[in-house]
Amino acid sequence: MTTFLTILFDGVAYGMLLFVLACGLAVTLGLMNFVNLAHGAFAMAGGYVCAMLVNRYGLPFFAGLPMAFVVSAAIGFVLERLLYRHLYHRNHLDQVLFTVGLVFMSVAAVDYVMGSSQVFINLPQVLQGQIDLFGVGIGRYRLMIIVICGILTVLLQLTLARTRFGSQLRAAVDDPRAAVGLGINVPWVFALTFAFGSGLAGLGGALGAEILGLDPHFPLKFMIYFLIVVTVGGSSSITGPFLASLLLGIGDVAGKYYVPKLGAFVIYTMMIVILILRPNGLFGKTAVR
Amino acid sequence: MPWYEMPWRERTGIVGSLYDLSRWRWGEMLFWTLALMAILLFPHRYLILTEIAWLALFVLSLDLILGYAGIVSLGHAAFFGVGAYTAGLLALHHIIDEPVLALLVAGLAAMVLGFVTSFLVMRGADLTRLMVTLGIALLLRELANRFSDITGGFDGLQGIVMQPVLGLFEFDLFGKTSFIYCLVVLFLMFLLARRIVHSPFGLSLRAIRNNPLRAAAIGIPVNRRLTAIYTIAAFYAGLAGALSTQSTALASLDVFSFERSADLLLVLVIGGTGYLYGGLIGAVVFKLLQDVLATWTPQYWQFWIGLILVVLVLIGRERLHRWTRWGPERIKTILDARKSAAVAGEKTP
Repeated sequence: MTTFLTILFDGVAYGMLLFVLACGLAVTLGLMNFVNLAHGAFAMAGGYVCAMLVNRYGLPFFAGLPMAFVVSAAIGFVLERLLYRHLYHRNHLDQVLFTVGLVFMSVAAVDYVMGSSQVFINLPQVLQGQIDLFGVGIGRYRLMIIVICGILTVLLQLTLARTRFGSQLRAAVDDPRAAVGLGINVPWVFALTFAFGSGLAGLGGALGAEILGLDPHFPLKFMIYFLIVVTVGGSSSITGPFLASLLLGIGDVAGKYYVPKLGAFVIYTMMIVILILRPNGLFGKTAVR
Repeated sequence: MPWYEMPWRERTGIVGSLYDLSRWRWGEMLFWTLALMAILLFPHRYLILTEIAWLALFVLSLDLILGYAGIVSLGHAAFFGVGAYTAGLLALHHIIDEPVLALLVAGLAAMVLGFVTSFLVMRGADLTRLMVTLGIALLLRELANRFSDITGGFDGLQGIVMQPVLGLFEFDLFGKTSFIYCLVVLFLMFLLARRIVHSPFGLSLRAIRNNPLRAAAIGIPVNRRLTAIYTIAAFYAGLAGALSTQSTALASLDVFSFERSADLLLVLVIGGTGYLYGGLIGAVVFKLLQDVLATWTPQYWQFWIGLILVVLVLIGRERLHRWTRWGPERIKTILDARKSAAVAGEKTP
């Protein structure tokens, strides 16, 4: 029973981490219908920024996290303005080729600058070890992930549903032309959203370095996970990807614990079966355009 | 009455244009003559030539589904891998020693997989297709990794010894036999592909690519046609995989890798989608490029491949191909102008 609870806890932490990593993609891919396979590259950038600041310049870990967000968001913003915005109206093949090219470039560039070995971020003492809660061993680091990601999720949901910017984004996604007609600066809204999503990915990359591992092949290794979250979660709301992340996280951790021989097999099979039964995702309502 | 039995003057309309399309042009003959001459011209480069030959066959397979039928796939390596492992296992355990027969069996194995998975791919739009094809390739890679007692896991299949082709032609150290073998297979499969895309079946595929709804409205059974071409393409990819195993006597996990599928897309777009020589030219350019980049920066050549992809998309693929066609067409117009000027000169003395 306690092992089960520990697995559940680890799975939830893993799933929430995946959600923070992938929710930017949920907007670009799910809402704006742009196939961004390079999303993991932004996460990797955040991870490396945090690792460099903490390990090399001795910044505290909790100061490194926001920096990861800021730098990734800045990179995302610049790339969106320079390159991505030209591709929103191209076909999916062009988008795939372009973003795959970006992934290849980022992998080789990081390999060149930072070396090909795995990087670890020095964690403060507070985050190491476990807390014993009703006989269930709970990792402090994972607890922190759940807290941070939980807060972020609530904030995101509130931003999208309650704020002026949230409704502008929803309008811009639903019908860009009508939104422009209403005086909404649609390209600006898209650029900010893209930057914010990239920033969240960077934050996720920094948080996930401990659990997922951080090396130059990060964008390729986890690309499929991000895509699963978005396609399985559907694109109608933020709840779909959130539930999909939790399902994926728990499924992956449990699968690796109970049937280690099958490994990632469980996840891929699950994804294919779900996509066959519901091509628009588990929680999707709108058709994929 | 089939079109080829019709008298010349009746070959008009759709029949006439089909006939025009399927005629051999001098450029095509030149291409294949050059390919054949490569045997004599580059005796020290048989290894890369062989790689070009099976890559060309592989990219031909992608062109059939992407360029002609409009199915975007991120996991075409799945069929390549199945072909590669089938050929490797057949040779390793001496089940079928004769390479050509093993090649066919490997192709058929991939074909069966293609037929089964085609039903999964038919569901959903582009995005779902991308995910499902990618998922299938990853799934197979995971399977090959797990069943390492059969596949050799990360080390791959080792110790494959190839028997002579058709029992006559021994595989030599320099790779001459394997190049000629790959080239012959490529040419035969190219002929078949040429026949397919210039048939009414091929035309219907293009109609589906351009507009599936209209295609269905004029009575084309869309899903059945797509299943058929997907299965055929899987056969081609399986053959390519088998050729790669047979020519290198090695099959490892990276036959299923995502990079292979992604590179394949690049190869195709370098040459241009939707016409058969696009893939072949792309394969030649890509391999030469890779060769140069890999000797220049052995560890980081992927960066430049990525850069090429990005630039290619930003410039626009269509625009690029217009440029490459600009030269020959310009020469042709000048020649035509001269010819008509000469004719006009004769008429008005």
